[in-house]
Amino acid sequence: MSQQYSLFSRMGRDFPLSIVHELVRELRVSRVMTPEVFTLASTAPMSEVKEIMRTHRISGIPIVDEHKLVGIISVASLICALERGEMDAPVSQFMTQKIITCHAQEPVFEALKRLDETGFGRLPVIEEDGRLVGILTKGDVMAGLLHALERLYEEAEQLERSRQPRYFFEALESDETSLMLRYRVRPDDFRNGGKASARIKQALLQIGAPPRLARRVAIATYEAEINLIIHTDDGGHIVAEICPDKITVVAHDAGPGIANIELARQPGYSTASDLAREMGFGAGMGLTNIERCADKMNIWSAIKVGTRVEMIFAVPPEETVSISS
Amino acid sequence: MKLEEIVKAVSGEMLVPPAREIEVLQAFAADLMSDVLMLAEPQMLMITGMVNAQTIRTAEMADIPAIVFVRGKRPPEEMLELAKETGIGVVLSPYTMYETSGLLYVAGLSGLGKVPVVQQR
Repeated sequence: MSQQYSLFSRMGRDFPLSIVHELVRELRVSRVMTPEVFTLASTAPMSEVKEIMRTHRISGIPIVDEHKLVGIISVASLICALERGEMDAPVSQFMTQKIITCHAQEPVFEALKRLDETGFGRLPVIEEDGRLVGILTKGDVMAGLLHALERLYEEAEQLERSRQPRYFFEALESDETSLMLRYRVRPDDFRNGGKASARIKQALLQIGAPPRLARRVAIATYEAEINLIIHTDDGGHIVAEICPDKITVVAHDAGPGIANIELARQPGYSTASDLAREMGFGAGMGLTNIERCADKMNIWSAIKVGTRVEMIFAVPPEETVSISS
Repeated sequence: MKLEEIVKAVSGEMLVPPAREIEVLQAFAADLMSDVLMLAEPQMLMITGMVNAQTIRTAEMADIPAIVFVRGKRPPEEMLELAKETGIGVVLSPYTMYETSGLLYVAGLSGLGKVPVVQQR
């Protein structure tokens, strides 16, 4: 076993540890900015500036004419207007026209640098066409970074959880250790159809199975799952056993059983209901596809007793294995 | 081809953006999920008029990163939720399957080429 390729030994790998640094540099302005911005036209009186600043407790308002950013007005400009007693004058007389902006798609780091360099408290955020889409303050950046860090922390925690099976398995001693996953599949339950197969695929990827293998197992299991939904009286079970060197999936049910297995295996032969066909299945290709995806398929069936389809997948020694046809 | 380019080519609507940026290499059009499961290649775009949860599941199993629903059939919210959960991109095309496929083919998205002939019963 030591020389052999083992699924369990791969558990928890293939998860590169995200680096805080990279994430922070990846963060775009559009992700952290405040998208709702109070704006005023350049013709608005300074008294309106005062009202907006007071009611909404903000200290800067972008001035927008015909969707274009033309200036910005700050508390300092407001004080200036108050001192001169020119509260009825238009905003255009007091606004700063030299505007330092940042782009929505720009990394937050760049914008932060500009905030520091200029000493401004806020930067209007514009799209490429010059349209104002938000405003960025240092507070926004802080909150955005904290949020990103929090998400990163959650990811790391999840990663830790996903790694646990590895230690779990390594700590167990037996001649042969395997992981069993069981799922109940109900008849005519197209709504939930595919859930079992999806879970099995996720489990395989989680323990580090090659994606190509996980895909083969998923497709074959899904065909078997759909068969249980379409053809059985009372549904059935799907049981997946994951061993270090092979994966076995069994779909079994308690009837009605297949009258002629050879016939059922032939491409295009189907006894599916109209409902199944309406859902896009029942083309008589299920077993054919299972045989294509699995390394080995064993099928056993008896009328009024039930059917058992066993699919065996070898874990390939290297990852680049293609679906054999 | 990126999904945004596909949306543009079919004058479509992006209903669910994919979980991560994708590049589809080829496309396949079918209403029969059995056929999709049989012939799908990873990184392949699925074009279909079959609107139910199994369409999303089929894509999930077969590593199909995005689906284009044709004939202006807008999927119910529940389906879009499932697509979001699984990270699969969903586009709505106002054209029929024939025209949707034609538009994408002309835009440079190729198909699977010849597939094996299988005698049906």
